[in-house]
Amino acid sequence: MTKTLNHKAWFLVLPVFAVVAFSAVLPLMTVVNYSVQDTFGNNQFFWNGVAWFQDLLDPSTELGGRFFGALWRTLLFSAIILTIEIPLGILVALSMPREGWRVAFCLVLMALPLLIPWNVVGTIWQVFARSDIGLLGWVVNHMGIDYNYTGHSLDAWITIIVMDVWHWTSLVALLCYAGLKSIPDAYYQAARIDGASRWAVFRTIQLPKMRRVLLIAVLLRFMDSFMIYTEPFVLTGGGPGNATTFLSIDLVKLALGQFDLGKAAAMSLVYNLIILVICWIFYTVMTNVDADRERREA
Amino acid sequence: MTESIVIDRSNTSELRADAANRAAYRQRINGKAVVMTVYLVFLMLPIYWLVNMSLKTNMEITSGLTLWPRQLTFGNYIKIFTDQSWYSGYINSLTYVIINTLLSISFALPAAYAFSRYRFLGDKHLFFWLLTNRMAPPAVFALPFFNLYSAIGLFDTPWAVALAHCLFNIPLAVWILEGFMSGVPREIDETAAIDGYSFPHFFIKIFMPLIASGIGVAAFFCFMFSWVELLLARTLTTVNAKPIAATMTRTVSAAGMDWGLLAAAGVLTIVPGALVIWFVRNYIAKGFALGRV
Repeated sequence: MTKTLNHKAWFLVLPVFAVVAFSAVLPLMTVVNYSVQDTFGNNQFFWNGVAWFQDLLDPSTELGGRFFGALWRTLLFSAIILTIEIPLGILVALSMPREGWRVAFCLVLMALPLLIPWNVVGTIWQVFARSDIGLLGWVVNHMGIDYNYTGHSLDAWITIIVMDVWHWTSLVALLCYAGLKSIPDAYYQAARIDGASRWAVFRTIQLPKMRRVLLIAVLLRFMDSFMIYTEPFVLTGGGPGNATTFLSIDLVKLALGQFDLGKAAAMSLVYNLIILVICWIFYTVMTNVDADRERREA
Repeated sequence: MTESIVIDRSNTSELRADAANRAAYRQRINGKAVVMTVYLVFLMLPIYWLVNMSLKTNMEITSGLTLWPRQLTFGNYIKIFTDQSWYSGYINSLTYVIINTLLSISFALPAAYAFSRYRFLGDKHLFFWLLTNRMAPPAVFALPFFNLYSAIGLFDTPWAVALAHCLFNIPLAVWILEGFMSGVPREIDETAAIDGYSFPHFFIKIFMPLIASGIGVAAFFCFMFSWVELLLARTLTTVNAKPIAATMTRTVSAAGMDWGLLAAAGVLTIVPGALVIWFVRNYIAKGFALGRV
């Protein structure tokens, strides 16, 4: 669809621009302001230059070590989440019933975890995985496996990963299902006439048609797992020790726990910059896919 | 004669292949059903456990594992609905969620129209910038928001949380609405203009009913993301506007864990989502894909 050039359209965008600028740019400026200063309390600030940033990006300092530790943990977490949730989501989407009341039934049940407040998700799993009163923890412990997510870091990781799979796999499945539904029946009939195997149908018909939604799913899941805060905070509080202290958790500890404003602000900016770069890749890839599709359809 | 035989042969082989296909198909259906059932059971187990706990007394919860409440009690729910400090949490949450949804939709509607219909100076950059706000980690904004809303005297009011949630909900609403609006042919705009409708009149009387489902979906997603977010909501409130999700943490610190009450409060936070999900079940993927499916 061709759009007409009309600069007056700015008037329609202006309210959004004003509100988002008020709640995004203004606070961000505060952060920039803090990031170059140091404080000894009492609201007295001193110019500190780029010292915080130097500390932050140097793994040998205390702050840098802490930052990179949290960064690697967060990246590892995102990688694990993607390798589990994407294939599982595709499998679930392929297993959706074809039609009838069962489709609606499955859709509603699948979407349910997505609508639970994030700290309640944490609470649900906190209770569910406890060995004394939780079903999961009790069963696992009675199978003879020593499982305790507040004591062992591996158990804490497994619990958080299972929780995230429980919480977000449905998102991937729903997106893939939307992609699958857009495939015309004629494609499948043609494949049947050609005697294509199940795998060939998946490889040559279903996967290409899901490419676009899968891209969105991968990037959304990456973003959201990269800034995960509430669920692990409620479940493990970042522990045991620092084992599950992801970037967001560390940042909030630094900013609101210790009121180390300068360090926290510098960390915020670097964190935000990483997100911004990924976001830009997301946007470029998506608009390219859009343009590609339009060219092919035209 | 020979020809007909050949045809016959091919027919039987086709029939046989068809039968084989159907058997394979039935097997696949079974495989599918198994995967789906296992997945749904996995999803429902923790929720079942929460509901189960919310209907038990604390005595029963701590004294041993029972798969269903032996002494069914609604005491936990009654406590929440009668204790002001509990149910006011719900009212606070709903207040800021509704304010936020109304704000987001009314601001996003004209903007989405502009993005879907016109090219203008910096439109692509602006669209991208909006997206970055949807992706920005709330943790980065917690402290500056705290300072900002304290400074302008909105701290601990529903308005502070509602405005803070606009940060990610307005971009989301713009993206979703733009997706739906692009599906409406431009000819409708032009015809309306020729028929002498003014822009506001056209927009409210003709255009908005056309994208009613889009508005519904966008509103649902604003509602939902404002409802599930806690970090900002908790940072910006202390007493008067404290959301229910933050009230829940109270039972953790109280002497002797009140598990039943915690579970009941948890169940009640799931209810609003479960109620509205039915209406958007066919659009939910589109919403999560930022209007891009």
